[in-house]
Amino acid sequence: MNTALVIGVLATSIMSGASLLYATLGEMIGERAGIVNLGLEGIMLIGASTGFAATALTANPYVGVVAAAAAGAAANLIFAYLVVGRSANQLAAGLSLMFFGFGLSALLGRPFVGALTHSLPRLTLSGLEPNGTAARLLSHDILVYLALPVALLIWWLLFRTRWGLQLRAVGEDPAVAFAAGLKPNVLRYQALTIAGVLGGIGGAHVSVALALTWVEGMTAGRGFIAIALVIFAKWNPLWAVAGALLFGGAEGLQLQLQAAGADVSPFIMNMLPYLLTLLVLVLWGWSRQLAAPAALGRSFVGVE
Amino acid sequence: MRHDGATLWRLASAQAKAFALAAVIALAVFAMLLSVAGKDPLRAYVDTLVYVFGNAYGFSELLVRMVPLLLTAVAVALPARIGLINVGGEGQLYMGAWLTTAGALAFAEWPAFVLLPTLTLLGFVGGGLWALIPGALRALRLVNETISTLLLNYVAPLIVGYFIFGPWRSPESSAYPQSPAFVEAAQLPTFFHSRVHAGLLYALACLVLYWFVMTRTRFGLEMRAIGGNPEAARRLGVPIFSYMLAVMFVAGGVAGLAGMAEVTAIQGRLVSELSPGYGFIGFLVSWLARTGAGGILTMSFLFAVISSVGDILQITQGLPFAVVNILMAVILFIVLAQPARSVGR
Amino acid sequence: MTRDDGSPLLEAFGVVKRFGGLVANDVAHFAVCAGEVVALLGENGAGKSTLAKILYGYYAADAGEIRVGGRRVDITSPHDTRALGIGMVFQNFTLIPALSVFENVALFQKDLPAVLPRREILKRMHLYADRFRLAVDPRTLVRDLAVGDRQKVEILKQLVAGARVLILDEPTKVLAPQETVGLFNTIDEMRADGLGVVLITHKLREVLARASRIVVMRQGRVAGVLDRSEASEQKLLALMFGDAFDPPAPRPRAGRENAGTCALELIRVSTSGGRMPLRDVSMKVRTGEVVGIAGVSGNGQRELGDLILGLQHPGTGTKLLWNEDASRWPVARLRQKGVAAIPDDPLALACVPGMTVRENLALGSGTRYRVGLGVNWPALDADMQRSFARLTFPRSSFDAVAATLSGGNLQRAVLARELAHEPKLIIALYPTRGLDARSAAAVRRLLFEARDRGAAVLMVSEDLDELFEVCDRLHVLYRGAIAGEFGPEHFSADVIGPRMVGASEHADAA
Repeated sequence: MNTALVIGVLATSIMSGASLLYATLGEMIGERAGIVNLGLEGIMLIGASTGFAATALTANPYVGVVAAAAAGAAANLIFAYLVVGRSANQLAAGLSLMFFGFGLSALLGRPFVGALTHSLPRLTLSGLEPNGTAARLLSHDILVYLALPVALLIWWLLFRTRWGLQLRAVGEDPAVAFAAGLKPNVLRYQALTIAGVLGGIGGAHVSVALALTWVEGMTAGRGFIAIALVIFAKWNPLWAVAGALLFGGAEGLQLQLQAAGADVSPFIMNMLPYLLTLLVLVLWGWSRQLAAPAALGRSFVGVE
Repeated sequence: MRHDGATLWRLASAQAKAFALAAVIALAVFAMLLSVAGKDPLRAYVDTLVYVFGNAYGFSELLVRMVPLLLTAVAVALPARIGLINVGGEGQLYMGAWLTTAGALAFAEWPAFVLLPTLTLLGFVGGGLWALIPGALRALRLVNETISTLLLNYVAPLIVGYFIFGPWRSPESSAYPQSPAFVEAAQLPTFFHSRVHAGLLYALACLVLYWFVMTRTRFGLEMRAIGGNPEAARRLGVPIFSYMLAVMFVAGGVAGLAGMAEVTAIQGRLVSELSPGYGFIGFLVSWLARTGAGGILTMSFLFAVISSVGDILQITQGLPFAVVNILMAVILFIVLAQPARSVGR
Repeated sequence: MTRDDGSPLLEAFGVVKRFGGLVANDVAHFAVCAGEVVALLGENGAGKSTLAKILYGYYAADAGEIRVGGRRVDITSPHDTRALGIGMVFQNFTLIPALSVFENVALFQKDLPAVLPRREILKRMHLYADRFRLAVDPRTLVRDLAVGDRQKVEILKQLVAGARVLILDEPTKVLAPQETVGLFNTIDEMRADGLGVVLITHKLREVLARASRIVVMRQGRVAGVLDRSEASEQKLLALMFGDAFDPPAPRPRAGRENAGTCALELIRVSTSGGRMPLRDVSMKVRTGEVVGIAGVSGNGQRELGDLILGLQHPGTGTKLLWNEDASRWPVARLRQKGVAAIPDDPLALACVPGMTVRENLALGSGTRYRVGLGVNWPALDADMQRSFARLTFPRSSFDAVAATLSGGNLQRAVLARELAHEPKLIIALYPTRGLDARSAAAVRRLLFEARDRGAAVLMVSEDLDELFEVCDRLHVLYRGAIAGEFGPEHFSADVIGPRMVGASEHADAA
């Protein structure tokens, strides 16, 4: 096996997977609380456009990322108010949020189409030989480096703290949780705010670190891949890391394979995340395993 | 509550008032947004009204826009009646377009009066089979249809893309890949020198048939029973399994017709960007209309008008068309925030 | 809460609770002391659960005083009782299946720190689990546990939270026989440790084996309190059912041996799944007779109904309909062949609430009114009006939406539909539940008439009086199996009652 090929694929997987991972982790927290957000694509676009615009205006990519996080949180709070505060239909609210994201990002990003801006700087660990294998593999922006720690943090938060336990209880059986003295709505608002922050960051990473530009609709369905990934990872942050590498790497693998002369259609590769998730769902259904938070509702995952 | 005319009218007008209020507020909010962006919202609104209602071409464009919305809305409403959630209109549309293209390219020598019905059938079958997969998975109690239709939404355009870049790649155009143009015989006829095409007839026919089946046939009765109380329906002998399969197939087929119309009437060929989210807008239309046929007609019309605002914004104000999605979304937010929308999925 | 000064752990005085016009509880005195197991015994509807829920803080009593450890307390919710050390284990567990045992226990504790103190909680769990024989692996997910183990977790979580009085509501109802042994071991340990246990049950054998004191309730009041030493099955039954019981004298019936052909026959049918799977059920229902199924609800009645009506297929065994193997027939075919169902909850099970009465009438009628794609409404209307008239029901407007009808009117509409076409086999599940006396009598008359016209009728009911009046033969269903078949000569509560609660065969002999 050509090491350059493997390195190339891994590097792309890591870069591409990072944005996916942030969005996935955010959606995962929301779904653990029992809320499915189909508007994740919209949140990512808002994050991407806001991040890019803020970076261009302040010439500081870190400011861009923070702005994107704030914008993502704000947009998700609209969604949170509708589904938690007003008990609105989650699917309709999510799709509305998606369209909102399409439009708002187009409006925000318009003045910046074609602009060049400072990207998030790549940080290479000191002491490594430049252009060496290790350097190529380990030369990423701060968001990529933070992705794994964030995933671990979220795992810890969900499974080792009182907040996480209560959140999961709310996502499983809000009635029992309420009877045990918990406050489901407060927990859900908190979860969705975090989800908005992470989704915004995921979007910002695409525009400020990966593509270094702004184009309408540039997240190209990553939001939906993230939704699929949450399922594929069985609502577990650690599996999400592996899945993000896998799903994020599909595109990279295809490019590298083409460069190496193998002719694999990018379209087939891009189908894999969805088909794999569907396959996993069929297998779970077959073996009667339902891994989803029970109160995520019949509307999204139940079959009864 | 009685199902008589007076009550229905009262409900419908209450609903309409609520929606109108939401629209007004949204228009105001959108106007503020546009002003901040340095544009002239009032000018845009006036231009839209003139374009759509004062101009034959504008009005015809409105009708053209309504076609896919009507079809995808029915594609959501029909399964909703038996309690199934179909968010896969996008994918079903693409697969309808795909199978239509296969036929258009393969049977290019056929005369129109044979080719067009064949393509219509292919469009229906393409979308229908695509929806049958999630339908079967649900009927067999394996996978929830909301998630499976959602996942398949993204596989369909990739299949289309594969064919456009590969076996069906048109030799002439190098700018962006697309299929060869369809022959004249494969294109739906248009009316009155506008772009209004026979697809409008398909859409209206589907809507009328949907209404007829639901309200006047025993199938509609049994479907409403499944949707209203599946346990009772089961105990009364209604074959729920068969209905799930049949309804999903037909729903997918209707969305497939939207795809067929797009490639045979609007685009004249298969391209990679066939739909700006018609499948999802159809979901929202059906939801707003609470799956009622009349509501679907009205809401499709209104959403087509909103979309014309987008055109105006693009042409006269230099904004990307996508910006109009903000207006659409804000209307929906306001409607969603209103309490007690118990029906409607 | 002290146990040193000898005052009861939990005591209630003069507790009264009304639901509407019904007096659910009127209890002068109830107490649980340290180290004792108090059984709260009574039939369904006797008021045991209501009293328990009041003690637990789930309901607020209309009158009365509750004392904990000798001190009067105000209880407004289960949170208060939890703090006071009173715990309750319901029949429906309040566990979250997808979480682990540890997580469920942790969730229930008060004043949990922000970071879960795993080691500490696990230590306490092990302590209590060992002490009270409630060993379960803390890492297992609750949904992977058998019911008996889930119950252990319910009990454990209350004990870890500091409960000194534990109320158990029908704990053996959901357990397999071997699991009850484990439960009673735990109860013994709790008693030895000075806890107080309230055991709510209707099962005599348990009570006689385990309780230190037995409080028998009937119709909301305490009918009697016996120490274990002085209790016997006979005395308890007398208190439960009342010796002022007025059975209709067993009517000499014309023998129904010549009742006609066998309409329905079950041969050693067993099912799986459901709350109470059927075990080796065999029975016959012939044309021209009414066969009754007696039993406390939850012992397999619904499963039996579902099986006969085609909603579930037998796992083993055969179902014969007029001597044809109908084990795998779909519901529609059974209805077409003349099987009619009268359910206990018509709104939930037999009609679509959002549709009109007329549409609901059409729905159950199969292919009878098909015309082209639509429905022959005029013919349906005519037939249904005739059915209403024949049954002498007041006709409600067919245009009304089903959800707006009263319970009685809805049941009548369902009856009119089911009986409209002279069904040959009628399955009636608690057909008079919720009906006033006159309507109930009318329904019973209908079943008679159907029988006299040659239908075969199977009737499930909890009301022994009703069964004695209507049925020609009676089976008792207990824990999914037939616990006896009786002819009219045995129709009395003394004979049937004990079988319904699993008592021994010779209860009536002593």
